Amino acid sequence: MSYQFDFADVFAAWPELLQGLINTLVLSALAMAIGLVVSIAGALGKTSGPKWLRWIIDECIELIRNTPFLVQIFVIYFGLPTTGLRLSSNEAALLALVVNVGAYGIEIVRAGIESIHKGQVEAGKSLGMGPLKIFRYIILKPAIQAIYPSLTSQFILLMLNTSVCSAIAATELTAAAGDIQSRTFRSFEVYFVVTCMYLGLSVFFWTAFGTIERTFLRKPTR
Amino acid sequence: MRTLGPNDIIFIIAAARWTLLLSLAAFVGGAIGGVLVALARTSVFAWLRVVATGYIKLFQGTPLLMQLFLAFFAPGLFGWSVDPWVAAALGLSLNASAFLGEIWRGAIEVVPRGQWEAATSLGLPYWAKMRLIIAPQALRIAIPPTIGFLVQLIKGTSLASIIGFVELTRAAQVINNATFRPFTIFGLVALVYYVICRPLSAYSKRMERKLLIAAR
Repeated sequence: MSYQFDFADVFAAWPELLQGLINTLVLSALAMAIGLVVSIAGALGKTSGPKWLRWIIDECIELIRNTPFLVQIFVIYFGLPTTGLRLSSNEAALLALVVNVGAYGIEIVRAGIESIHKGQVEAGKSLGMGPLKIFRYIILKPAIQAIYPSLTSQFILLMLNTSVCSAIAATELTAAAGDIQSRTFRSFEVYFVVTCMYLGLSVFFWTAFGTIERTFLRKPTR
Repeated sequence: MRTLGPNDIIFIIAAARWTLLLSLAAFVGGAIGGVLVALARTSVFAWLRVVATGYIKLFQGTPLLMQLFLAFFAPGLFGWSVDPWVAAALGLSLNASAFLGEIWRGAIEVVPRGQWEAATSLGLPYWAKMRLIIAPQALRIAIPPTIGFLVQLIKGTSLASIIGFVELTRAAQVINNATFRPFTIFGLVALVYYVICRPLSAYSKRMERKLLIAAR
């Protein structure tokens, strides 16, 4: 191997990489927060809405799940302006991510809602629990326990997916890497460092989510 | 700028063959790698399990786009120049190996312990046990999630457009740059992906439900 590695240019651009990392985290967190609201609304629509609404939600979910994220971004960023709705690249990226989280989140939240049996609530009442206590211990906690693992892994998938937003020049980590690469021509070095940064983020969240689950969401043992 | 003609539409739809071909190449490559990863993950040797787990985490913890970039640039370090087609097929195969390996590990582990013990007590060596007893039972469980992953893989090939491989998404970009009808063009492309992926998703879901009923 005669290639001379040169990471100096990449490390010199650390403020740019750090800013990209922060932007990636902000974009992911925003998309997750708004996506959760969409998921809860959609799940309520699916469990207790009229039949036509359920059908529409189902078809939208299938449409999103069976088309690539990159194409969805293109439709939103390049396509929507022709209908009069002009979004900046960051807004378009956020919208595309929210739509995506929703398509997977609705099913996760619905499964959580349906995991609580009616008999559980009745059992709570017969133990003399008030409505607040019933909501907290019988509905909320088991529902969160049920959906927590899927939702957190969904968050990590979402965070990795934000890299695709660089295709429309949203200002996140991959786009920062692209900028540095086009300036220094150190393609391999830049993408290697950025890949390590993404891996670091994933490992951090795997560990953090796992710790939270073991500390707060432990199921009672006999 | 010119108007969007029927030839452009045909050009875009015909580019779907590259999407399908790339998906097929990645699936075959991923299946070969996936078997190795799954066997390593369920191996009796601890070091082999650690290596396989590391491989899976590496690919599940980084964006597919980064993996494709590295597959495109890394061979250059050794003086090999690869075209986008080879880089995309390589990157997607390595990625699919990790995901399929993890899916198939799950399928192997669901096969009851007693089946292993019975096979061992019959004096079967490892490969015969795997091939005659475990694999046929694991295969049935593995089909629905494997088809489900195939949908992810087909969607993933769209990222090959970013490293310059002309498949469905890239063809659409090329036509859009000349005609500027983004809503129609990317809508059409989304529809083509949908037509390819929807039947696979539906099949996977139906098979999963069948297995659930059978398991009851």
